[in-house]
Amino acid sequence: MKRFSWYRAVVHTVLGLTTVVMVVPIVLLFMSSITAEETLVKNGYAFIPEQFSLDAYRFLFENSDTLLRAYGITIIVTLIGTVVGVLLTSALGFALSVPDLPGRRTFSFVVFFTLLFNGGLVPTYIMYSGLGVKNTLLAYIVPTLLVNAFNVILMRTFYANSIPPEVYEAAKMDGAGYFRIYFTMVLPLGKPILATIGLFIALLYWNDWTNGLYYVSDSNMFSIQTYLAKIVQNVQAVSSSQAGSSVSTAALPQVSVRMAVAFVALLPLLIIYPLLQKYFAKGIMLGAVKG
Amino acid sequence: MSLISPQQTASRPPQTAVAGPPPRRKSTVWGTSRRRRLRVFAPVFLLMAPAMVYLAVNNYVPMAGIVVAFKKFNVQEGIWGSPWVGLDNFVFLFGSGDASIILRNTLLYNLAFIVVTNVVAIALAVMIHDVVSEKLKKLYQGSVLLPFMLSIVVVSYIVFAFLSQENGLLNNTFFADDPVEWYGEGEHWPSILILVNLWRTVGFSTLLFLAALTAIDGALYESAQLDGANRWDQFRHVTLPNLMPTIITLVLLGVGRIFYSDFGLFYQVPMDSGAIYDATQTIDTYVYRALTSVGGIGRSAAAGFFQSMVGFVLVLGVNWAVRRYNAKSAIF
Repeated sequence: MKRFSWYRAVVHTVLGLTTVVMVVPIVLLFMSSITAEETLVKNGYAFIPEQFSLDAYRFLFENSDTLLRAYGITIIVTLIGTVVGVLLTSALGFALSVPDLPGRRTFSFVVFFTLLFNGGLVPTYIMYSGLGVKNTLLAYIVPTLLVNAFNVILMRTFYANSIPPEVYEAAKMDGAGYFRIYFTMVLPLGKPILATIGLFIALLYWNDWTNGLYYVSDSNMFSIQTYLAKIVQNVQAVSSSQAGSSVSTAALPQVSVRMAVAFVALLPLLIIYPLLQKYFAKGIMLGAVKG
Repeated sequence: MSLISPQQTASRPPQTAVAGPPPRRKSTVWGTSRRRRLRVFAPVFLLMAPAMVYLAVNNYVPMAGIVVAFKKFNVQEGIWGSPWVGLDNFVFLFGSGDASIILRNTLLYNLAFIVVTNVVAIALAVMIHDVVSEKLKKLYQGSVLLPFMLSIVVVSYIVFAFLSQENGLLNNTFFADDPVEWYGEGEHWPSILILVNLWRTVGFSTLLFLAALTAIDGALYESAQLDGANRWDQFRHVTLPNLMPTIITLVLLGVGRIFYSDFGLFYQVPMDSGAIYDATQTIDTYVYRALTSVGGIGRSAAAGFFQSMVGFVLVLGVNWAVRRYNAKSAIF
């Protein structure tokens, strides 16, 4: 049984190397955040730096206003966005799964069509700017991310398959309406799908930087990802107008500090990843089943 | 309705009323009168209302705004007040020479992504599937999906750590004598972007293929082995045919979105570096850059409109093709 097999040897070698390739870039990010700034400037990024230093994190700690605020905004946005998004998605998904609902096919199509065709960035941008979401929390929460038709379809499929028609019959006997069915039966029954879709939406919100790029210019309103993205823009602006520029490079966070911010943005995901992994695998496989 | 139902009941043998498929009537559960039905279903409509309102605002209202593509937009007069210019924005877009580059890039990158990602994902999925140890399986599975968790901004920081001209890892370790100006030379970017995209997204497809693999009946492999099939034969004659539906669906989904690109990958990862636009500009980055440039709103809207229209037609076409080939794999 434990005989040596060339195939097994190759498989483990390839998969082992793949694992290294997948993880190593993240290690580099972390290592450069704990590298002394002088070493970074002198020797560049390295896996094993000449000199370690926690200065970047100390700097973040002492100048924590910007970072903490950005972190807070990311957390609030992720929380609100996920909760509201899941509730809306679930309610719509359930409604579309109700047998005999008048106009069900039409409503389903109205939802589905949003996957096929869209107005594009320009009209969306003009509209949301006009609605005054610029530089508010709503700018992060509302545009594009809140309800996704794909998730709605996933929900609908799940509910349609997991609620037996007898539930409706029984509810009718007991004189309960659809509200009762939804809140006392469907929501508890749908925990797995709620968790999966909640996870997807949460990751989307945590990692989103585009809404910030489009609608947020006030640095007090930066989320973590927006903050990171804007640093890149500023570095670009400085280096492209290099000599004689009035903008001093000193005003920008140092290299190691930037890496530290990036790592701090990533840290919560790394911590809960082992926990999430199971749900993710499940969710992706649910997604593989045609909605 | 009341005219039809007795007829239906009469024409059916009595036992099918219990065992057969449910009769197709307008309403089976609650009463039948229209007013009563509306009252019964009112809570359902109430439940769907918030999300529907959101989709209407977020998705349908901007569809009307597509007219911007045919206007000379200015903020004072708004979308409806701005003067019509017919196809001027499109003429400008396609006449500028930018169009051929951004179309070429968008198409070629997407084709490369479809091929490379699927091939690597299938290979990884087959290998992970063959791993016996549960612990190792979990480790491999978890590590391929890990980069998928990262935001593209963080990815761009990591790429910068490798490629930065002055202190990037590559220039320091491999090209110390003759540093490469990565962010200034376009010819490296096709391979860089393909690699970065592969790294970040391959885990997702791998999991999809893994799901398909677990559904394959083990008896097929056993009988193949009895017939003397080696690993490669088994892969060719059992694994691959069974993965075909998944492969087809993924390829077609990719083709249907061939005019869309990951904005972050093409904007953030090359650090918005102007010197390499020729190699990194896609429709999505073009739309954004035109939007933020002076007087570019019309061009931007025209490019976005073109993208939506062609994408829409492609999705419909692809779905039609799949339906002809295999109705079950059709997307809708």
